[in-house]
Amino acid sequence: MSSVRVLVGTRKGAFILTADGKRENWDVSGPHFAGWEMYHLKGSPADPNRIYASQSSSWSGQIMQRSNDGGKTWETVGNKFVYEGVPGTHQWYDGTPHPWEFKRVWHLEPSLTDPDKVYAGVEDAALFVSNDGAQTWQELSGLRHHGSGPHWQPGAGGMCLHSIIQDPSNLDRMFIAISAAGAFRTDDAGKTWRPINRGLRSQYIPDPEAEVGHCVHHIAMHRARPNVLFMQKHWDVMRTDNAGDSWQEISGNLPTDFGFAIDVHAHEPDTIYVAPIKSDSEHFVPDGKLRVFRSRTGGNEWEALTKGLPQANCYVNVLRDAMAVDSLDECGVYFGTSGGQVYASANAGDSWTPIVRDLPGVLSVETQTLP
Amino acid sequence: MIRVELPPHLRGLAHVSGEVKLDIQGVATQRSVLDALEERYPMLRGAIRDHITQKRRPFLRFFACGEDLSHEQPDAPLPAAVASGAEPLLIVGAIAGG
Repeated sequence: MSSVRVLVGTRKGAFILTADGKRENWDVSGPHFAGWEMYHLKGSPADPNRIYASQSSSWSGQIMQRSNDGGKTWETVGNKFVYEGVPGTHQWYDGTPHPWEFKRVWHLEPSLTDPDKVYAGVEDAALFVSNDGAQTWQELSGLRHHGSGPHWQPGAGGMCLHSIIQDPSNLDRMFIAISAAGAFRTDDAGKTWRPINRGLRSQYIPDPEAEVGHCVHHIAMHRARPNVLFMQKHWDVMRTDNAGDSWQEISGNLPTDFGFAIDVHAHEPDTIYVAPIKSDSEHFVPDGKLRVFRSRTGGNEWEALTKGLPQANCYVNVLRDAMAVDSLDECGVYFGTSGGQVYASANAGDSWTPIVRDLPGVLSVETQTLP
Repeated sequence: MIRVELPPHLRGLAHVSGEVKLDIQGVATQRSVLDALEERYPMLRGAIRDHITQKRRPFLRFFACGEDLSHEQPDAPLPAAVASGAEPLLIVGAIAGG
């Protein structure tokens, strides 16, 4: 019988949650790396026993971990992230030049085909790749050396590269997103990049329709339809049907279109999920109700999914990498909260149950569907 | 023989308990001790001092014999009591954060 492994990164360690295909009874393993911030863990699609993890702390910086046995044991791997060439400057919050400084790895994206190849999105925003199982890292500097680089500015959480999406139909094409520069696409395996932000409108920047400067929070794709991307921006939920050449707003009837997380159903490319957050100054769910919203029409028409979720006195956040889906026949949906809950739905969001309620604040949730 | 006491989270990272004991060739300095420490425990590279600048991470400090050695030059000799193994070199994490 198939099973599911849920990889949870929290502010004080990592947890691995496993269940069989029914997704009713869960085994909880952890904390792994107790006391450390675990920004992200992700398994290799080419070898599910290979998992990469980003471990960090304010005291000791960035540590990288790798497992070859599905998270039972771990080994420390390379943590040397060096910007290629002279790092140069980007803009600081006040618009003054600020040197590029490596701070941490926000997101790990293992290759679709090679377990030893993995991409890392880092703060200050840059994309790195390893071809030796994360022992050594090289910057794909064409992104940072895009002409707009000196004008990028950090979002409130730092200038992070937080989303990396590979096109399964064209391994030379990849999408990334940076807070607060925007989304970018490469069509030559990372050598050169173009901003793909036409159609985004951000009232909080000097030119609301600028080529770069948008605070994109997360993007998601269904692997069967790689030209369609969905985006949760600082405000606005957006969609592109042409690989980012232009975007349209699909916020529709959402109670608020601010948020961080967005994901796509594993088998229905037009079914998407968001977790609306009240506002950029109040990072919690609106009206004290924890609601995931689902659109079965690719956006604009949204339904609140509430069964099993607290509908009073709830004031948690759902961060950008803290939602994921599995690929079992009936798609499972998962998300983690700043309050330490990880909720699961084994029926595409119709109803939810907490797997765990009392973890440290959840930073990331990823799934692996195992045969 | 030099004794080094790591903060708890770095003991966990290096999979050690208690003090670390290191043999140092030549003069015992912050640099030579950290070089030997990282040679024995490669997972600590980058966790105590920056990979590139080799500067001490801001939230870690070095103490020995009741003195703060954090701002000593990396090639300055460590106190004789540390060099002889009578006293440990303490690597201490700041009491900060949540």
